[in-house]
Amino acid sequence: MTDSTETKEPKAVENPHVVALVELCGALESSTFRGQQRVVVPADKSLDALSLLKSRGFDLLIDVSCVDYLEYRGAKHRYGLVYLLASTAGHQRLTVRVFVDDPEPTVSSVVPLWEAANWLEREVWDLFGIRFTGHPDLRRLVMPEEFTAHPLRKDYPLQGRGERHNFPVITRDHS
Amino acid sequence: MAVAQSGSAGLELPENVVVSRLDELASWCRKNSLWPMPFATACCGIELMATGAAKHDLARFGAEVFRFSPRQCDLMIVAGRVVMKMLPVLQRIWQQMHEPKWCISMGACASTGGVFDTYAVVQGIDRFIPVDMYVPGCPPRPEQLIQAIIDLQDKIQLEGTLMGREFNTRQRQNQKRALVESPEILSLDASRNPNLQRELSNSATNPN
Amino acid sequence: MAIAPTEIETPPEARSEDYLWTLNFGPQHPATHTTLRLVLKLEGERVVDAVPEMGYLHSGFEKLGEHLTFNQYVTVTDRMNYISPMANNVAWHHSVETLLGIDLTPRCTYIRTIVAELARISDHLLSNGAVGLDTGAFTYFLYAFYQREVIYDIFETLCGARFTNSYTRVGGVSQDFTPLVIEKTRAFLKTFPKTLNDMERLLNRNRIFVDRTKGVGLLTKEEAINRGATGPVARASGVTRDLRRDEPYLAYSDFDFQVSCASAGDCYARYLVRMQEMRESLKIVEQAIENLPSGPVDVGIDERMALPTKKQVYSTIEGTISHFELSMSNRGFEVPCEEAYAAIEAPNGELGFYLVGDGEDQAYRARCRPPSVLNFAMFPHLIRGHTLSDVVAVLGSLNIIAAELDR
Repeated sequence: MTDSTETKEPKAVENPHVVALVELCGALESSTFRGQQRVVVPADKSLDALSLLKSRGFDLLIDVSCVDYLEYRGAKHRYGLVYLLASTAGHQRLTVRVFVDDPEPTVSSVVPLWEAANWLEREVWDLFGIRFTGHPDLRRLVMPEEFTAHPLRKDYPLQGRGERHNFPVITRDHS
Repeated sequence: MAVAQSGSAGLELPENVVVSRLDELASWCRKNSLWPMPFATACCGIELMATGAAKHDLARFGAEVFRFSPRQCDLMIVAGRVVMKMLPVLQRIWQQMHEPKWCISMGACASTGGVFDTYAVVQGIDRFIPVDMYVPGCPPRPEQLIQAIIDLQDKIQLEGTLMGREFNTRQRQNQKRALVESPEILSLDASRNPNLQRELSNSATNPN
Repeated sequence: MAIAPTEIETPPEARSEDYLWTLNFGPQHPATHTTLRLVLKLEGERVVDAVPEMGYLHSGFEKLGEHLTFNQYVTVTDRMNYISPMANNVAWHHSVETLLGIDLTPRCTYIRTIVAELARISDHLLSNGAVGLDTGAFTYFLYAFYQREVIYDIFETLCGARFTNSYTRVGGVSQDFTPLVIEKTRAFLKTFPKTLNDMERLLNRNRIFVDRTKGVGLLTKEEAINRGATGPVARASGVTRDLRRDEPYLAYSDFDFQVSCASAGDCYARYLVRMQEMRESLKIVEQAIENLPSGPVDVGIDERMALPTKKQVYSTIEGTISHFELSMSNRGFEVPCEEAYAAIEAPNGELGFYLVGDGEDQAYRARCRPPSVLNFAMFPHLIRGHTLSDVVAVLGSLNIIAAELDR
């Protein structure tokens, strides 16, 4: 996205949902790739923008995930959140990107709009350490509570930092 | 079982009497009535189900009584990868089982971590609990698991004792350390990890 | 372990009642189908609240996706939803090919459609069989599992592995269909409807089963959409969304099939939708196997995407060059510095991958969109007010696969 090689669509045939978003948030970066419409929304307007899109028919939240652009060539921001939206009636799709940065990457939660976001945002918090303000229950989802790192960040090694072997050994004596 | 021939001590034995050691009798009973506890976490669990289902039919080998309560079982089959969050559960269930008990590590993930050399996956359950039999494969075919159970039965028959003395030998208590962590990763966290420290000092003093 | 009993959300009217008790369910429990964990708050036998807990099988799939190449990672997707590995393989390479912009050959699309539908059948067989098993119908489970063995056998003939297939490759598949595979598939098409009829007769009007599943775990259409349900769970609640029909991928636009839906939204409706989907999948497989196009199965050598066959490597110069270049780490695929999402209708729901390419032949980020997470997240909503014995029926009907849930 930050290094887009595809040509941007001309303004004349712009997606109507993107036009509505531009009215709400001002000028936006939008592009298409392989027929997928994507739009970047500023972090402070993300809840408003997603709420607008929900009222315009995107009633199904497919996914909330995140990309860490630490080692990405030409990236301007550290984290890029990905909201994949779809409409059950019109079979349209839209990808909404929100970029946030260290320290304290924070974005507002969309749980008030979609209940589906509850666990997806907890997972992003767990694996990337991005805080969602307004989330009802922001706990770790997949890693143990005692875990301190956010493992999907690019500066965390694949094999971990030895946490996986930090357990007592049970021999035949103990059992 | 050893069958004593009559006559050597001048004792006449009827045909339907077999003389043996008590240890062997106990082992013979135990090996033919294994009650597995399926600790199925992942893909291997489906093959474990296939082993118990109609086509492969584990019941032919006297080990089909799957019980999901550790108190009732004497054979734990760990099928699938065990991750950081799951390992305390595994250890607790192992401790809840009564002696004598055995453990089969089914599949590459349970034995070594398999393809999942990642931050969350324990690289082989034998680092943390005793394992008697390893089944390779990702996942192993049902035939392999059946073979492992047969082999375990042989093992029980060969070395089993009535009071479970075979578990008290030094060799059975030592952890098998086929794989040692690479030093780079160890150095990251060795200071606050007693296991790794011990592992380091062990590997330094003992090349095995 | 992680959850203290005080952290459980309790409805205000129940909070004053101090006779509620807490039950830990899982993570190692026969009815949780591997490693789910529930902390239930009970009033007698009635479930007042449930807190699902996951992560007991989190193995870092997505992190691993950043370190394995597009062709290597397919082995890991096998282990994702391990009751239908073929569908995961197809989903993964569908996303990769969307990112790389590869158009498959007609034969390849048909072959992938067939294996994906066979995977759907085997998935539904196990998930329905498990519902039967949990509600006391063990015979039904044995019937279902025997048919899975037949599908395993087809897959083993096809690619050498009965269970974790790793069948697809970038721009093609690892093995072409042989006459023996087609023959075995045809035999399966002939015998399976009979077993399916038997299974329906066993359970559809079985009093115990119907009583235990009808009206249990109700999910309305609005809730299903709001909570992000997809697949059979959503379709049993009246959401008529099926990617095979709505956004046709592979060869689905060529076939005539119905989208199975129900409006009741309970466990029984989910069971019926799965049963019906197996029949529709059979129809698709039948049409595909009879109209299987001839021609190459992998994309052409000039595209430098699929590894050439042994014959091409040894007898043509293009094949040799292509094989050499694809094997070299710096001359592999041409990956755009772009991001793409593509999804298929997996047996469990919408299974998609969000891929970020950075020019290397492995993904910069490989996010999997797992249907199980959203299905499991709605579990407390479904179980509130039901009894403890309904927990297993609801869990079974959601068909939550822990490896896909936790990744």
